[in-house]
Amino acid sequence: MADLYTVSDLRLGLPDMTRKPLFGAAPRIGILHGLSFSVPKGEVLGIVGGSGSGKSTLGRVLVRLLEPTGGRVLFDGQDISHLPEDRLRPLRRRFQMIFQDPMSSLNPRRRIGGIIAAPLQLHGFDRISARVDEALDHVGLPRAFRHRFPHELSGGQRQRVGIARAIAMRPDFILADEIVSGLDVSSQAQVLALLAELVRDLGLTLAFISHDLSVVRRLCTSTMVLHQGRIVEHRPTDALFAAPEADYTRELLDAIPLPDPDQRWDLAAG
Amino acid sequence: MLDARGLVRRRLGLRLWLSGGWLLLLLFAALLAPWIAPHNPLEQDLFTSRLPPFWMPGAEPGYWLGTDSLGRDVLSRIMHGARIALIVAFIAGTATMLIGATLGLIAGYYRGWADIVISRLIDIWMAFPPVLFAILLIAVMGPGLTSVIVAIIVIDWTRFARVVRAEAMTQGAMDYVASARVAGQRRLGTMLTEILPNVLPTIGVLLTLEMGIAVIVEAILSFVNLSISTDAPTWGGMIAEGRLAIHQAWWVLVFPLITLFLTVLSFSQLGEGLKDRYDPVLR
Repeated sequence: MADLYTVSDLRLGLPDMTRKPLFGAAPRIGILHGLSFSVPKGEVLGIVGGSGSGKSTLGRVLVRLLEPTGGRVLFDGQDISHLPEDRLRPLRRRFQMIFQDPMSSLNPRRRIGGIIAAPLQLHGFDRISARVDEALDHVGLPRAFRHRFPHELSGGQRQRVGIARAIAMRPDFILADEIVSGLDVSSQAQVLALLAELVRDLGLTLAFISHDLSVVRRLCTSTMVLHQGRIVEHRPTDALFAAPEADYTRELLDAIPLPDPDQRWDLAAG
Repeated sequence: MLDARGLVRRRLGLRLWLSGGWLLLLLFAALLAPWIAPHNPLEQDLFTSRLPPFWMPGAEPGYWLGTDSLGRDVLSRIMHGARIALIVAFIAGTATMLIGATLGLIAGYYRGWADIVISRLIDIWMAFPPVLFAILLIAVMGPGLTSVIVAIIVIDWTRFARVVRAEAMTQGAMDYVASARVAGQRRLGTMLTEILPNVLPTIGVLLTLEMGIAVIVEAILSFVNLSISTDAPTWGGMIAEGRLAIHQAWWVLVFPLITLFLTVLSFSQLGEGLKDRYDPVLR
């Protein structure tokens, strides 16, 4: 299968404003230290790692909310690593993002219908109203919700709106950044089931950022473990969970709470 | 599915009733002053000077709130003064809002050089004592209604710019702004369709506050005789004249003062009341 993303030697540093000299540029703090990987079409890639490992930063580079300081990001064969915003705009339809906090990612002053329709209007879609209905159907929300404001919805419903906004554009790739970490357990399960279903039905390629390994294990076909801005391990999920190669991966797996603390992970899985 | 939100009737709060009522009454009096004012506000008559208000002994019928030292009717002067006060409030308030909010929005959302230039400008501006600055400006431009309005705009735009900048910065850090970018929206479009609607309630409250402040500034300037020509009826001018005769005719000072107080209070309460009522997030 062809690769949707090809990333080679990706580096990113952000300026450290606390140590900025009076004149001249601030020194940069390295966040990503040379990542190389590819994402085949149709893959569900789990990106895991501890806090500060660079997983959200990596995600934001993939959808070009951040510009890398080194290396290349190819999207469907096209180099997007330093593409200016004007030339990036036509491509933006093809990679979308679902945000972690569904309250802050939905404009509190717009109705749900407007929130889903706005990106469609920007990209000149036809039949916008029908597409909004379709997107709401897809995520299992009543069509009447298009007249509501975000604060009138529950957390799980809001996150479904976030998903509806992303899939309404019919993108090739969706980045999901910790999208269930703000939800309670039953909403988490529902949103994950919905996501798995959409990936299957719409033929999406998905990057799923999470610190929750059990979620990644259930959803993702391959898993990438990040530690301090470097790839520790990147293998098919089954293989990785069955026999972790890196010490850091083993550490993460050991940290998963099990129903029976005396039980070992491979037995619990079996 | 039944959407029942439209069925809920919301009561107009007491705050909104009182402040809106007073301002409507004032607007009505100002618009119709030439026809409904009992006397000509400029007409002097020394036979009727220092008449007390209607409930006191010695009051003349027709002079409801008494007369000043030159025999001019206080009520008629307050009504004509309302015209000047409201013109200044609306024009100066709106223009201040447009300039201040635009600069604040640009500084807060675009950041970078625009922010540095605008923020430094605000800092420098606010280091001037405002009333002295206004007096200086009017001394240069010459007294008159336009000068008063220009002076208020030039001094007070920083009030909007500072608050709107801070608010735009907060909103700019929200994920829905990043989301608009992921959707491929231009910076200007994002500022106008995503940030501005979220800053608008703050701008609205500031606008009504600013209108109140504009009324006060106009009163201060006419108190020191720098507003419009001295015989024109302004509240500040009336207070200044009343101060000279406070022991003989307190009503010349007190009634314009009460009107001024109620007007400024109503403007600020109107802003808060409207925000409570029309902010979808607070509902």
